[in-house]
Amino acid sequence: MQNTIVPSFFPSRDGNGQLEPVTMKMRIKDLAFYYGGQRALGDVNLDIAEHRVTAFIGPSGCGKSTLLRVLNRIYELYPGHRAEGEVLLDHTDILSPAINVDQLRRRIGMVFQKPTPFPMSIEDNVAFGIRLNESIAKSELEDRVKWALEKAALWDEVKKKRKQAGTSLSGGQQQRLCIARTIAVRPEVILLDEPTSALDPKSTAKIEELITELKKDYTIIIVTHNMQQAARISDFTAFMYLGAMVEFGETERMFTKPSKLETENYITGRFG
Amino acid sequence: MMSRYRRRRLVNHLFLWLSMSAVAVGLSFLAWILVTVLLKGWPSLSMELFRADTPGPGMTTGGLRNAMVGSLMMNLLAIALASPVGLLAGTYLAEYGRYTRLADGVRFMNDVLLSSPSIIIGLFVYEFAVAPFGGFSGWAGAIALAIIVVPVVLQTTETMIRLVPDTLREACAAMGAPRYVMIIKIGYRAAMNGVITGILLGFARISGETAPLLFTALGNQYWSIDLSQPMPNLPVVIFNFANSSFENWQTLAWAGALVITMVVLLLSITARFLTATSKREL
Repeated sequence: MQNTIVPSFFPSRDGNGQLEPVTMKMRIKDLAFYYGGQRALGDVNLDIAEHRVTAFIGPSGCGKSTLLRVLNRIYELYPGHRAEGEVLLDHTDILSPAINVDQLRRRIGMVFQKPTPFPMSIEDNVAFGIRLNESIAKSELEDRVKWALEKAALWDEVKKKRKQAGTSLSGGQQQRLCIARTIAVRPEVILLDEPTSALDPKSTAKIEELITELKKDYTIIIVTHNMQQAARISDFTAFMYLGAMVEFGETERMFTKPSKLETENYITGRFG
Repeated sequence: MMSRYRRRRLVNHLFLWLSMSAVAVGLSFLAWILVTVLLKGWPSLSMELFRADTPGPGMTTGGLRNAMVGSLMMNLLAIALASPVGLLAGTYLAEYGRYTRLADGVRFMNDVLLSSPSIIIGLFVYEFAVAPFGGFSGWAGAIALAIIVVPVVLQTTETMIRLVPDTLREACAAMGAPRYVMIIKIGYRAAMNGVITGILLGFARISGETAPLLFTALGNQYWSIDLSQPMPNLPVVIFNFANSSFENWQTLAWAGALVITMVVLLLSITARFLTATSKREL
């Protein structure tokens, strides 16, 4: 079932600069987050548009990564980390205890700041999630691995060395391998936690290009400390500061006519 | 007046000299032991050692075959008993029980067990595996040795699994992998060398243990591979033969000491090598 509510602040332009309606994929309602007794996020309200790139920006410690880590409930690996509020994926509250987190994480994939290839071959890295969820024939598996590597723009570079260790690749290639691994299970949403902060400019450009390509099929949320990056690749931007959502809107407007003073100060480099 | 700089340099030299001499003292004792064992044991190394059993009083020839086989059997059995326990308990401490009080308790008890005198373990096993069954046996010896190995394997397993970075753990969970998949596919793969290292070190540790075997396997003059009977074994043979007045027994004790030392040395070097390679891979 698709939610077709289009909030009023949700205009999005197509290639010709025309406004077009967008579908909402996720809705974050009154979200608060606690590290033990310490509140790290409060009163976060936000809608995530389907097949668009939404960027979370803000200075270090503002809670942008924390917010991202709520969306696939990865924070639950650590005791004392607690989220309150609602996060809707389509129509279901994913914070509900009734949700199976393993299944949730198959629908919402995540790529981390530091490339995290598993200690296995390139091929096995990509096949990891597929093997976990599906029992498919070897040839089909190979096709899927190839498809995912092609999607991640890595196929040409690794097709002759698929049996080599994933860790043998360069940093940028490792990160694209992680993206391939994530899309191999065909998630609906992809969370990217500062995916290029450990990479050189050339690799960064490749990943950015890839993100723009991937948004056709996936809903993408990216945390970045790089404002230019947010401006380049995102359709919507959320500016966070001190654990609160200060401003959220269309990226173009946010970077040209921010409505809040803090946003303006941040994007003009006056702090952060 | 001495300048501050000069004084610091002098103090630095003094400390360097003190720590170097401490190293020299430690190493020289090790070298002394190795050289002595090598010099005294070398002449009696022969094929006879591996072919003949321990000689009785008055016999002029003999070897250590029965003792070596007995030791090997009990050691392997002990490893087989202890490794799964140590591996799984170490997994619990490093993964499932990571943030629990129980894990802290288990870890503490493990440290106690690791440094507990082996003679107490021998007495303990005597009470429940020798006395009630009416006699010394290879089984009891293996159990005593296993109790010594468990904490070694547990500790190395935990340490090595903990080397897996949290980022990798998160990445695996983010793929929708349940925890056990993470442990088996990522944790054990990364910890494999470490676990093998722990097992090798455990083997090395029990190779020379004498006290627990005195109370459990006892020893046997003859060839015996029946685990329900007293088992011949190297450490006890060394203990007995070194105390005897027969010259050929004393020589055999030196040969046994050399064999054990070499085995331990070899295992330790292998273990070091494995640890070095697995740390590099992570």
